[in-house]
Amino acid sequence: MQHTWQNPLIYMLAFCSGFCIMGIELLGGRILAPFFGSSIHIWGSIITVFMLSLAIGYLLGGKLSTQSASLKRFGIIFIIAGLLILPIALSSNTIMETIFIFIDDSRYGSLLASTALFFLPTVVLGMLSPYSVRLLVTDKNKSGQIAGKLYFISTLGSAIGTIITSFYLVLFFEVNQIIISFSLVLVLLGVVAIVADKLSAAQAVSYA
Amino acid sequence: MRKVRGLPRLNVALLLWLFVVAPLFLSTQVYANIIHSERSLYRNIIVEDTGDLRCLRFNVKNSQSNQSCFFKSKPQSLVFNYTKLLFSALLINNQPERILIIGLGGGTMSNTLHQLFPTSNIDNVEIDPSVVKVAREYFGFIENHHIKTYVQDGRIFIKRALLKKQQYDWIIFDAFNGDYIPAHLLTQEFLTESKQLLTPNGVITSNTFSSSNLYAHESATYHAVFGEFLNVRNHKNNNRIILASSRQLPSGQALVKRIASLHSQLSAFDIDIAAIYSSIISSSTDQDWPENTRVLTDQFAPANLLNLD
Repeated sequence: MQHTWQNPLIYMLAFCSGFCIMGIELLGGRILAPFFGSSIHIWGSIITVFMLSLAIGYLLGGKLSTQSASLKRFGIIFIIAGLLILPIALSSNTIMETIFIFIDDSRYGSLLASTALFFLPTVVLGMLSPYSVRLLVTDKNKSGQIAGKLYFISTLGSAIGTIITSFYLVLFFEVNQIIISFSLVLVLLGVVAIVADKLSAAQAVSYA
Repeated sequence: MRKVRGLPRLNVALLLWLFVVAPLFLSTQVYANIIHSERSLYRNIIVEDTGDLRCLRFNVKNSQSNQSCFFKSKPQSLVFNYTKLLFSALLINNQPERILIIGLGGGTMSNTLHQLFPTSNIDNVEIDPSVVKVAREYFGFIENHHIKTYVQDGRIFIKRALLKKQQYDWIIFDAFNGDYIPAHLLTQEFLTESKQLLTPNGVITSNTFSSSNLYAHESATYHAVFGEFLNVRNHKNNNRIILASSRQLPSGQALVKRIASLHSQLSAFDIDIAAIYSSIISSSTDQDWPENTRVLTDQFAPANLLNLD
């Protein structure tokens, strides 16, 4: 049973995940700079890892959506993503220091460090897009339109996440404060999705 | 009486300026001759000849962005005032044996230091391989077994040097070109790492900014790491040099002696060390930034955004 508020909620969640992905990617440059510098290959490493993780996330998310997809599971993915970005704030220095000592070449050092810090959370965040399509599509004819709208909203979230983070957030907050806020937002959104799932189940029962 | 004598002198100066100096500027505008230009990984690099003067520029439109200049007929005289101000470091340590320069430019600073201290070791660190190439080809940048060049990010070089337990008597930061600031070279953590590289008599000189919002943040950050530091500044342009060390300036007789001996060493390079000494102001007598200014850290480093205002 679909409710009128359920789709806007999914779009809103997709917007926020897009926002967080690009916010984190942008801060990645700042996080790596003290150990690996600001040479052009730092961005090469970060963008490679994000693209690769998203690609894998899309594949896994699509696969996962074939098995009893629900708003509750969608919410759980958000919570996992939120928890996985916490180590970026809490243990990045230890991770980067170890890599810095063992790898001399800052290209491979930064590639390994970006992988260690960003691979898992970005895979999980990438799973959200195909999963959203699964939750939104009810009519085969409209599937393309819905996917288009979803990409529009989540990519818009990415654009806004990029500009807000780089123009304003870094001017007022520390990198770790921003990362932890992203984490909290994702966990909170996951909880909202799970509660919404419960509510709609309860309503479905009362309708019956 | 003094005033009456002063006036005609002023007129002469004005006339000189109008008919000699100003046309000179105009003509250099007209006859600037680009002899090399390339787009590197990081910027546009232009080498320009205007008569006897050869300059390295990192930007096309803004002629203020000259990075390094020298007179082809007098390669050893320093053109830029701020490069001369860097020599204030010698007041604290006049025998630097190991020197680290972050930000090569045309290599003129390295060349001058090599002539002054032929047996001292100089490590130049430059992120942009094209800048190194241009310094070698167009600016007579000298390299030998005393002078090494590393194409590397300055922060990484310093971190690796710490791991190798290297030490320097003089560290020179000249990596800021006005348009873009590598923010990770302007944080409390970076300065702490650099400070750890210094010998007990070691000195850091940094070519930085005297305008924009960044000024206060930068001062607060240096203060957080070094405590009291010295500002060396001239009123002609926007540069200020920060001079930081755990050593104090000499005073009394020692200072007079130091200035006298440096004067004879440095006058060949058009450097007036006595004038430089008189333009040093300690941050302890003149703390010219608000008390609550936020210190820049690896976590909070919006240097480029702060530099916009």
